[in-house]
Amino acid sequence: MLKTTPFHPRTAALCRSHAWRRWAGYVVASVYELNHEREYHAIRSSAALFDISPLYKYSVTGADAARLLDRVATRNVARASVGQVLYTCFCDNKGKVLDDGTIAKLDERTFRMTSAEPNLRWLGDNALGLDVAIEDVSEKTAALALQGPSSRAILQSIAASDLAALKYFGIVATTISGIEVTISRTGYTGDLGFEIWVDSRNALGLWDRMIEAGAPYGIVPAGMLALDVARIEAGLMLIDVDYVSARKALITRQTSSPYELDLGWTVNLDKGVFVGKEALSREKHAAPAWQFVGVEVDWDSLEALYLEAGLAPQLPSAAWRTSVPIYAGDEQAGYATSGGWSPLLKKYIALAHLRSEHADIGREIEIEVTVEHQRKRAAARVVKKPFFNPERKRA
Amino acid sequence: MADYDALVIGGGHNGLVCAAYLARAGKRVLVLERREIVGGAAMSEEVFPGFRFSVFSYVVSLLRPEIIRDLDLPRHGLHILPLESTVTPLANGDYLGQWSDHDQNRRELARHSLRDAEAYDEFGRLMYQMARAVKPFLSMAPPDPASLAPRDLLGMVRIAKQLRGLGGDRFHALHKLLTMSAADYLDEWFETEALKATKSASGIIGTFLGPRSPGTAYVLLHHYMGEIDGVFRAWGFAKGGNGSVSAAIAAAAREHGAEIRTNAPVAKVLIENGRATGAVLENGDEIRAKLVVSSADPRRTFMQLVGPEHLPDEFAQAIRNFKFRGSSGKVNLALSELPNFTCLPGAGPHLRGAISISPSIDYLERAYDDAKYGEVSRRPYMDIVIPSMIDPSMAPPGKHVMSIFVQYVPYKVNGGWTDAKREAFGDAVIDTVAEYAPNIKSAILHRQVITPADIERIVGISEGNIFHGELALEQMFFLRPVPGWAQYATPVDGLYQCGSGTHPGGGVMGASGRNAAMAILKASR
Repeated sequence: MLKTTPFHPRTAALCRSHAWRRWAGYVVASVYELNHEREYHAIRSSAALFDISPLYKYSVTGADAARLLDRVATRNVARASVGQVLYTCFCDNKGKVLDDGTIAKLDERTFRMTSAEPNLRWLGDNALGLDVAIEDVSEKTAALALQGPSSRAILQSIAASDLAALKYFGIVATTISGIEVTISRTGYTGDLGFEIWVDSRNALGLWDRMIEAGAPYGIVPAGMLALDVARIEAGLMLIDVDYVSARKALITRQTSSPYELDLGWTVNLDKGVFVGKEALSREKHAAPAWQFVGVEVDWDSLEALYLEAGLAPQLPSAAWRTSVPIYAGDEQAGYATSGGWSPLLKKYIALAHLRSEHADIGREIEIEVTVEHQRKRAAARVVKKPFFNPERKRA
Repeated sequence: MADYDALVIGGGHNGLVCAAYLARAGKRVLVLERREIVGGAAMSEEVFPGFRFSVFSYVVSLLRPEIIRDLDLPRHGLHILPLESTVTPLANGDYLGQWSDHDQNRRELARHSLRDAEAYDEFGRLMYQMARAVKPFLSMAPPDPASLAPRDLLGMVRIAKQLRGLGGDRFHALHKLLTMSAADYLDEWFETEALKATKSASGIIGTFLGPRSPGTAYVLLHHYMGEIDGVFRAWGFAKGGNGSVSAAIAAAAREHGAEIRTNAPVAKVLIENGRATGAVLENGDEIRAKLVVSSADPRRTFMQLVGPEHLPDEFAQAIRNFKFRGSSGKVNLALSELPNFTCLPGAGPHLRGAISISPSIDYLERAYDDAKYGEVSRRPYMDIVIPSMIDPSMAPPGKHVMSIFVQYVPYKVNGGWTDAKREAFGDAVIDTVAEYAPNIKSAILHRQVITPADIERIVGISEGNIFHGELALEQMFFLRPVPGWAQYATPVDGLYQCGSGTHPGGGVMGASGRNAAMAILKASR
């Protein structure tokens, strides 16, 4: 049987759509209401509450905790300060991305690592000879994400610490109505938002308190469909959708380096030895073959294609997660891996892998669209990511 | 004047596959089967009224998708049902399950070891990649590396290319897989004893080796080859039992014009001027053909049907040295009710899959220790399936059939096989099952016990080896059955082999039959 998260008694009661999906062996709500629109708009206009408990979470402690994490991450963990969260790639020794996630420095000897895939064995293998204890706390730790412009006000009304002082990618240990939590200013929406980490035994109490405090601000429990639209607007990639973990790739071509995923900024080649460093430094000098870019579909072109068929443009309200060919002239220049209509930006956007020679910002390309069972190509261009990047995210 | 283009001796699944391919190519083919039904060891029989059994081989293992396609077997009645899980009961009352759903499987493994749960996927990926590289070899006549014939050289080039495509890491892993014991190989990946033991069991089946014997790691790959066959579901349970596989192939062969004669035991291959020209039946009938293909095992083919006097010394010696050493037996039960396993009480989904009695590597190795010295394992490895849970038509409504594959059951048991010894072996098996499912004894309506001696007597396979000769590394690929004679032709002109004793052999794959037909057709072109 599949697992349910510690919040399941609450989320199940709310899930009127009966639409569930799997995430890391758990069931989570795809959408609570009959469609996800209100849940999406809550992310951008008030606050949305997500159950993100299925994330893999590891507690890494001990004198060599920072050394271990510095060894497996591309970011410089050794130089992180207490209360800082790092978003990072994890690579194999060929410099190909195994996973992406966060590393939070809770105190000098204690870190919490999150990832999309299980990594206990891999961490253990890399910890040989180090004074470090690694514990899989995935089940012990429940997590909620509160995302949206009102998230700070809601959380501040119940949290014991001053959240104005909590910077973007900061983390603080505090309490909410007496429940011990850590709150990080992180998220997967590209908006102002927080993630709250709590002992699973206190999960329901925390949920109830958040819903109660959020009600006056219009808090909305939101599912994965809403999140998917928001994360594409934020230009954030998703494992298994936008890239294949090098651990799962069956052929080399399926693997990607951080540079090919637009995550070169997470690779710190100045730090000491880490897994994949040599290969990454070689790749950096050789320039990557692929780029991971934002694509905006030209509406007039799309509309014309539908007009030919006697239709007005029809787009699904949910984001898509299929591989869609992108062309530069007659040549296939790459492929989009997720995309959809941005209800906020009023744009049809996609995340795409393009060969580097076609990937410059502003580059005109074509994307395949299927109009009445016919394959067509709509004009599109390469644009800057993130598509949506509000000041409040960092402010 | 030849009556036929080809005579196929033996109507087991490989003989039938070979006949079907030859007939499909326009040859006039006659299959001669000793018994009253076709199928050989892949046959179903209503042993007790209302209870049907796959008496011998009991799962479809790697039946080649190209055979399914070429012979359109589904149209001839082949229906492969899923056999999706394996549950290993443990001595402490717990169990280890391996399930087809990834999340469910991961969660179950994590219950035993979080590390193993993660290793499982990576192990699976590596095995998949190696299996992908090795799988094409199943469908080729193995080239002889010592030969300079163009055919062999080309074959070696093909193999080299295939292996180079693996990449360094995986090539090295493949070398380890070919040389290590299953236990050592799995030790590098996993810590859960029951997981290692259950996986290693696939490396010892049909051999007279233990999980700690070098060379047993390789057969682990076979399970992953099935995964590459993917949608064809090369591992599974044939509706109606394994006899349905043979029946479907026979129907395809007949449709292509092959003649199949049962109750037609062959006494001798006719050899005239060093050339096989037909066969003499036990009743004295002579049937002439342009060529003769034997699906009997190599010893039976050459020592009995041909006779060493027609063979070069070295070849005859090599056939004599070809190891059979049957090591497996079976207990087939008709049951009034389902077994109730202490570790997973009730009629759960686990009863639709395999139950593996393989709690630890030590358990399996001890089972082997007994066999080494000529005894049936006191605590044997067992692979149990309940076919009626997958295909209810195998038993009367509400009743069940259970198939218990047992190893080690040595052919050369101390004192030789007797009826009393057979029943004592049956009792020991039931006693062991009862430790995990206490209601089994009272549920038994009928029981059939099969030893390697019975397999030899009934099906005609030497020493009752289920693979027509051990699938050990020294008897595989260009060494199967004899170096220099692994491409289905034999030292006797016009005589070919197509049984499981040729490459790749093993299981209800049909690859030997198909490869042989291809070699024959190529030679006759």
